[in-house]
Amino acid sequence: MSQNSIAKPALLSNKPKPLSQGKEALNVFCRNPSAVLGFILLSSIILISIFGPLIMGVDPFEIIGPPMEPPGSEFALLGTDYLGRDILTGLIYGGRATLLVGIVAAILSVVIGIFIGALAGYYGGTIDEILMRITEFFQVLPSLLFAMVLVTLFSPTIWIISVAIGIVSWTNTARLTRGEFIRLKRLDYVLAERVIGARSSRIIWKVILPNAIAPLIVSATLAIGTAILFEAGLSFLGLGDPNMMSWGLMIGNSRPYILIAWWAVTLPGIAIFLTVLAVSLIGDGLNDAFNPRLRERV
Amino acid sequence: MILQTHLAQEPLLNVKNLTVAFKGRQGAAPVLNDISFVVYAGETLCLVGESGCGKSMTALAIMRLIPEPGEITQGSIELSGQNLAQFSINDVRKIRGNKISMIFQEPMTALNPVYTVGDQISEPLRLHQGLTKSEARTRTIEILKSVEIPVPEQRIDEFPHQLSGGMRQRVMIAMAMACNPDVLIADEPTTALDVTVQAQIFDLLREQQQRGTAIILITHDMGAVSEMSDRVVVMYGGRVVEEGLTTEILDKPAHPYTQGLIACLPELDPNPTFDRPDLPEIPGVVPSVWERGESCPFADRCDRVMAKCREAFPPSFQTGLTQKVACWLFEGQV
Repeated sequence: MSQNSIAKPALLSNKPKPLSQGKEALNVFCRNPSAVLGFILLSSIILISIFGPLIMGVDPFEIIGPPMEPPGSEFALLGTDYLGRDILTGLIYGGRATLLVGIVAAILSVVIGIFIGALAGYYGGTIDEILMRITEFFQVLPSLLFAMVLVTLFSPTIWIISVAIGIVSWTNTARLTRGEFIRLKRLDYVLAERVIGARSSRIIWKVILPNAIAPLIVSATLAIGTAILFEAGLSFLGLGDPNMMSWGLMIGNSRPYILIAWWAVTLPGIAIFLTVLAVSLIGDGLNDAFNPRLRERV
Repeated sequence: MILQTHLAQEPLLNVKNLTVAFKGRQGAAPVLNDISFVVYAGETLCLVGESGCGKSMTALAIMRLIPEPGEITQGSIELSGQNLAQFSINDVRKIRGNKISMIFQEPMTALNPVYTVGDQISEPLRLHQGLTKSEARTRTIEILKSVEIPVPEQRIDEFPHQLSGGMRQRVMIAMAMACNPDVLIADEPTTALDVTVQAQIFDLLREQQQRGTAIILITHDMGAVSEMSDRVVVMYGGRVVEEGLTTEILDKPAHPYTQGLIACLPELDPNPTFDRPDLPEIPGVVPSVWERGESCPFADRCDRVMAKCREAFPPSFQTGLTQKVACWLFEGQV
């Protein structure tokens, strides 16, 4: 290390411009190798899912050759399943359903969670009591069973599945939001906002929420991973959308043949694993980036 | 001079017999007990007293921002003849930031870290005066200039963490003064600042006052009182114990508590020696709200306490031109 590299930043830069919270967090995120890896991984999966089907233009349910061909056979690069459908095509098309459900369900769960948590945390008292009892009700319900009931009651389309997953998974976000609101509502700048005559709705959504958003972004990211696993679970149990190829559906359908055609189950499993891993890495990276106290640990 | 103007005019803010109680399991705890004082237009009134005596609670009561489960159980707060204590929450919101505004002790936490300075100052303008975004921005630059922030065109887009403590307090004042309120409540605005910056903030507050805003300055610093205020209200244990013109109070404090407060002021000794005398102090602490009852709250710490003091809180006795003291020592003397 050269000597002047130490003196430089302090003396020569005429005015170091402090970064806003977001920019600084972005900087920390970009210096975290596992977070960047997760980001690259997830972006590739998303790009493949969006553009793959557009380029290929085939039907993932179409039979292209003999059933249970192993990977590397003359018919299919990654083999075929028990009906002779191409695994690679299935994986590429299945990514769409899986990611769509993951993202829609995560958005829904975060929106419900923030709404309930914000009202409970801000108003406190009776409103808090009622909303938290409702939250606890949803927390103690066996969520997979409840989602299964919802999907069975309505038709198992991809939208219903997303809604069902969203409805059973908002409770953690609600508790997190409530905690942040209880902490933040006592701060002087919230009081200052009331002093100038702002209404409660403004204080909740425009004053407190932006300050609570960092942990919520982390929680939302992780919720995508959870929702993807949930969708896989539902599809595995045969409650997925039968008209839309998804990774969970592929695993569920090929389950009886796992000993004969392991690839038909394993490959979609690896796809789910990689996607959830990527989402978790991003979530952890965001957590470190937004939480200055955790940064020191690295 | 001050007196003449006062006699001639109606008070701008008239707090009458204000009682604020916190309801708990053990019953209602009065944190403010029968508080009365007035504020005239364009004057500076100091609320003095030590921590826990109800100064900040009085300010919050005027803003109608008493935290749960506290409430105004008695009395009125009249601003230009309208009783704020009976306003609906919607009407109170129209007063807040518009007619009465407030600044806080800690400028580090009183600004929202995620919005720029400009966003925060222009908010009351857009809220109360219905200005558009660009109008509000022009006005905000003017306001920043008036609180002596250098290069306001640039500062307007900066975030609070980019400003120093004194600068943030200026922004707070700018935010509070944006709509030219009639009354500005300053709750220990300089406690968290350096002494040099304190003087600047006082200058700034004085300027606002000269433009016609009445200031209620909450402080426990008698130095600030002598520097800033026209009149003083001394509070103790949730009650007003003495009030009067600043000159009267500083010249001949009547209540034993006020005398104690003034005696506690350290003096700058030009020749410090090693055997410095101990600073005088008032022994004991402010009694908790549960211990107050009907007696004089200062009775346990007072060196001239009488049997009567423990029986009832005294009425106000006029001891000077405008000086009034709530102390049994002055019964029958005047």
